Amino acid sequence: MNWKQEWKTLAVLVIVFMVCFHLPVGSARFDGAVMESLHLVKWYAQEHVLLCLVPAFFIAGAIAVFVSQGSVMKYLGARANKVLAYGVASVSGSILAVCSCTVLPLFAGIYRMGAGLGPATTFLYSGPAINVLAIILTARVLGLELGIARAVGAVVFSIVIGLLMHFIFRREEIEKANVQMSLPEPEVDRPLWQNALYFASMIGILVFANWGRPEAEQGLWHTIYSAKWWITGGFALALGVMLAAWFGLKAWKVAVAALPPIGLAILFPHAPMIPFVAGVLGVSLITATSSGPTSEWFASSWGFAKQILPLLFFGVIVAGLLLGRPGHEGWIPSQWISAAVGGNSPAANFFASLAGALMYFATLTEVPILEGLIGSGMGKGPALALLLAGPALSLPNMLVIRSVMGGKKTIVFVSLVVVMATISGMIYGSLFA
Amino acid sequence: MKIQVLGTGCPKCKQLAEAAEDAARQLGVDYQLEKVTDINAIVGFGVMTTPALVVDGAVKVSGRVPSVEDLKKLLG
Repeated sequence: MNWKQEWKTLAVLVIVFMVCFHLPVGSARFDGAVMESLHLVKWYAQEHVLLCLVPAFFIAGAIAVFVSQGSVMKYLGARANKVLAYGVASVSGSILAVCSCTVLPLFAGIYRMGAGLGPATTFLYSGPAINVLAIILTARVLGLELGIARAVGAVVFSIVIGLLMHFIFRREEIEKANVQMSLPEPEVDRPLWQNALYFASMIGILVFANWGRPEAEQGLWHTIYSAKWWITGGFALALGVMLAAWFGLKAWKVAVAALPPIGLAILFPHAPMIPFVAGVLGVSLITATSSGPTSEWFASSWGFAKQILPLLFFGVIVAGLLLGRPGHEGWIPSQWISAAVGGNSPAANFFASLAGALMYFATLTEVPILEGLIGSGMGKGPALALLLAGPALSLPNMLVIRSVMGGKKTIVFVSLVVVMATISGMIYGSLFA
Repeated sequence: MKIQVLGTGCPKCKQLAEAAEDAARQLGVDYQLEKVTDINAIVGFGVMTTPALVVDGAVKVSGRVPSVEDLKKLLG
């Protein structure tokens, strides 16, 4: 019996046993928290997964497969126009880094072989912050205002932080890796307008399927709301035509896949989810079983779903347990939250920003957690501060950054992020409170 | 032949390593598989988009996981 190994198993068993022994089941707060957690999971499953996340996965998959990485990375190379490099670095995160693990190698590459510290830091910050899926879910769950503020804040910040880093360390010459930057091979390209329309049709489906019921019973917003499923269907039809015409999907396959949704829409006019799901299944089936770009698209989207759904599920459970739903408390009393991060004081914003920087948020989990915090009394300003500092940084990730650019630069970078997140939070909080 | 798979450890990197091994075994070649996870070493190859495949020192693929068939063509 090798006790050097066995003690770990023993420790785990003892800890789990102690937790179970002392489980506060029966106390109102704990039972309430468990129920809140389950309510929140159900709400997410019913409201967000099918109509919002599934289209978003398809969009993210399409970006990963169809947008030419090489043409973007050209702008981040050693001889690129520096001014353009900042601009490209600040938004290309959405194109280049849809998988969070690719941010770090790209950052290291731009820093060592490419445009240098400034644009590299800009990219490092904006990559995770401009994550397409996260912005979509933020806008959907936390409101359009916060979603847009997050996107705009991330882009603007990243440029400011990059420029500041460049300025602060301008006198340092780093030893550039004397290697040729290896760009991904150019893929067979569709003309840009075809790709643009293809994306537009998917975005159209996403936007209109999720069009919320407005307060007023009349007016443009309401008319759109009443017609939303017709509009969504229209975009879906357009997508089908494009897939057959430009993406090499056989027309008969598209036609066959279109029949169940149309049929179900006629049979169940008051349950639009049913034809929607049938449509999703249809697209998945025909793209997964065809060779060519569409099967890569499906594989990429499915890859995201596999990677992200379990994390989101776990995040929602934890958020529900600790913070509950808006209007219902979880384990943590709301007073603690409002005391720490309520209102819009500099201290609240700073605390939120610092906590966000240190805490690790798996992709998308910041959304249910923030929802819980806002529901428990967190102010809008501190909420934005957390959104801007959270996803981009975490303790483990700071250690990796340190191995690439050294301790001093890492500390400066982290401090800049925290300070700017705090300031942005305060500005947003005072404008939109 | 020396096969190196560059990546920080995410699912795609593992897929590339498995697919590369599959291809090498199907071709029946003698190979040595190494996984490179250190960022600075990865950058040293000139690679910015992981996962990437390096065969006998030359970067063959970067930024995606090719099918086993395509990998056989690259390794053969």
